[in-house]
Amino acid sequence: MTRDLARRHSPAPGLLTRWVILGLIGVLFALPILSMVEFTLRGGLEGGYTIDRWVTVFTGQLGPEYRQLWVAIGNSLLLAVVTVAIMLVLLVPTMILVHLSFPRLRRVLEFVCLIPISIPAIVLVVGLAPVYGVISRAAGSGVWTLAFAYGILVLPYAYRAIQANLDSVDVKTLSEAARSLGANWLTVMFRVIVPNLRRGLLAASFIAVAVVLGEFTVASLLNRVNLQTALLIVNKADPYIAAIFALLSLLFAFLLLLVIGRVGSAPRKGAQ
Amino acid sequence: MTSTIPIAPAVSVAPISGATVELAGVVKSFGAHRALNSIDLSIKPGEFVALLGPSGCGKTTALRALSGLEGVDEGRILIDGVDVAQVPTNKRDIGMVFQSYSLFPHMTALENVEFGLRMRRVAAAERRDRAVEALDMVGLGTFGERFAHQLSGGQQQRVALARALVTRPRVLLLDEPLSALDAKVRVQLRDEIRRIQTELGITTVFVTHDQEEALAVADRVAVMREGVIEQIGTPEQLYASPSTAFVADFVGLSNRLAGEVVGGKVSVQGSTLELLGEPLGDGPVTAYVRPEDIVFAKTGIEATVVSSSFLGSLRRTTLRLTDNALLSVQHEVEARFAPGEVVHVKLKGAPVSAVPRT
Repeated sequence: MTRDLARRHSPAPGLLTRWVILGLIGVLFALPILSMVEFTLRGGLEGGYTIDRWVTVFTGQLGPEYRQLWVAIGNSLLLAVVTVAIMLVLLVPTMILVHLSFPRLRRVLEFVCLIPISIPAIVLVVGLAPVYGVISRAAGSGVWTLAFAYGILVLPYAYRAIQANLDSVDVKTLSEAARSLGANWLTVMFRVIVPNLRRGLLAASFIAVAVVLGEFTVASLLNRVNLQTALLIVNKADPYIAAIFALLSLLFAFLLLLVIGRVGSAPRKGAQ
Repeated sequence: MTSTIPIAPAVSVAPISGATVELAGVVKSFGAHRALNSIDLSIKPGEFVALLGPSGCGKTTALRALSGLEGVDEGRILIDGVDVAQVPTNKRDIGMVFQSYSLFPHMTALENVEFGLRMRRVAAAERRDRAVEALDMVGLGTFGERFAHQLSGGQQQRVALARALVTRPRVLLLDEPLSALDAKVRVQLRDEIRRIQTELGITTVFVTHDQEEALAVADRVAVMREGVIEQIGTPEQLYASPSTAFVADFVGLSNRLAGEVVGGKVSVQGSTLELLGEPLGDGPVTAYVRPEDIVFAKTGIEATVVSSSFLGSLRRTTLRLTDNALLSVQHEVEARFAPGEVVHVKLKGAPVSAVPRT
C-alpha cells in the first residue's frame, strides 16, 4: 500500500518506462555497430556471409599493403603513452601546486584547461602548424612529437577527472601533517598526495588514451600517421578490413572505459 | 568499530626533554589585516600553554607561525634559544595535531604513526616497536591495522596524537584537536592529552576557542584578541583577576552591571567593590560580576526569576532586575525558583573588573 503510494508520488519513471528508454537508446547505439559487424561478414558480390576476413586479420595473413596499419597502431600507442606522460608530469604537479599554494588561480587554470574543448580541431591545427615548424627543427619530426598537441587536447578531460579527486581529499591538511612530521616536498608529493589521487590519475590517464586512439583531425592535417588516418587509407583499399579494425578499436575503447568504471567504484584498500 | 574507547594503560615512555619556546615581537599580516600584532610569549620546558580567543584573534596563526606552516613578517621564534623563523616546517622537529582529521587515508594507523620515523630514517624494526608503543600510549594498541575510515573521530585524533609524539619532538602543537568531537569524547581526550603531556614532559601549545577547555588543561592560558595577547596567566589568575574587561567577559561567565567608580572603588547596585586590573578614573562603568559572587538574600536587590537551569552539581538562575538588566546567579541545586517569582539578591563583595561606559 505505502509502496504503491510511494511509487505514485515518486518523480522517477516506472520500471517498464525505464527499460523502454534504455532499450531505445541501446538500439540507437547498437545499430551502427551491428551494421558494421554485418558489413564485415558480407560475402561480397556473391551474397551470403563469411567470416574469412576476420580469420585473415586474426591469423596475420594480411597482405604487405596493410603493413602501414600496424605501423599506425604502433604510432597511436606510442602517442598515447607520451601524452599520458606529458599530462602526468605537467598537469598534475601544476594542479596540486595551484590547489595548495595559489587557490586564487584555480579559476584561471580551469578556464585554460577547458579551452581546447571549445576550439574546433581544425582551428587548433591552423595555429599548431607553424609551432610544429619550430618543434621539428628543435626535436625532429618524430611521430611522438604529435603528443604535444594531444597533451593539449586531453586537458579538459584530464583536468575534470583529477580536480574531482583533489576536491574529495583534504590535500592541504594531509600535506601540512606530512610536513610537520619531517617530510620534504617531494616526499609529500609522492608518498602522501599521489597515492590519494590514484583514482583520479588513473581515470585521467585512461581517458587520455581513449582520446588519443580516436584522434583523426589533427594527425591528418599535420600529415602524421596514426590509427585513424591509416584506417581511412585502408578504407579506400578494402572497406571490409577497415571496418574490422574500426570495430576492434571501439572494443578497446569500451574495455578502457570499463576499467575506468571499475577503478572509480572499486572499494578502497582495506575497506570492510 | 567500537563505540567505547578503551582506557589507555599506563605505558612507561621515557620523558621527552621539553624545549623552551619563545615568540618575540612576532608580526604577521595577511594583506591589510594584521593577524599577529607583535606577539611576545615565553614558554618554559614542559609547560602546557593554551592560546585562547574568539575566532579571528590570531591564535591559530600564532601556532602556524610556530610550526613554520606560516611565515612571519617580523620578530623571532626561538626553540631552545635558536631562532627558527627561517627554518622550514619539516626541519623544526615539532609534532602537530590538526583540527580536521589528518590521518593519511591510504595508510593504516600503524603506518601513519611510523611515517615520522620513516622520514627520520629509523630502522624498520625499531620503527615498528616505537609506533606500537606510541599507539599503546593512546590506548589504541590493537587498532594498528585499521584505516582512518575504520576509526571513530576520537580514535583518529588519538592516532594523530601518537603520530605527532612518536618522533619525540621538542614541541607539541595542538590546533583545536578536539573541536570536531562530540562533548563526551572531547572531555575524555582532553584529560588524556593532559595526562600524556605531563608524563612525557613535552612543551605543548594548545589552541582553542573553548575557555572551559583551556582552563581545564593548561598550566598557563594566553587570552588573545585581535592579534595581541591580552593577558597570560594561570587559569586561576585569569578567572579571579582578569586584567581587562575582555578577559573577564571571555573567561568564565560574567554579568555586566552598570556601576560608578568613585575614588578607585566601584559601586554596583548599592555595594562598593574593589576594582581589579588598571585603576579607573571616576565615572560610569560596566562592571563584570561572576555568577558565583551573587547570593540570594532576604533583602537587597529586587529581581524577577526568568528561568533556571539545572547543571548537575549546581543550578544557574537568570533574573531580571528592575532596570531590565539580566543577571545570572549560580547556586546550590536545592534552591529552586519558579519563573515569575520575585526574589532578592546581593553581591558577595568580591573584587570585579570594569570598563568605562561611554
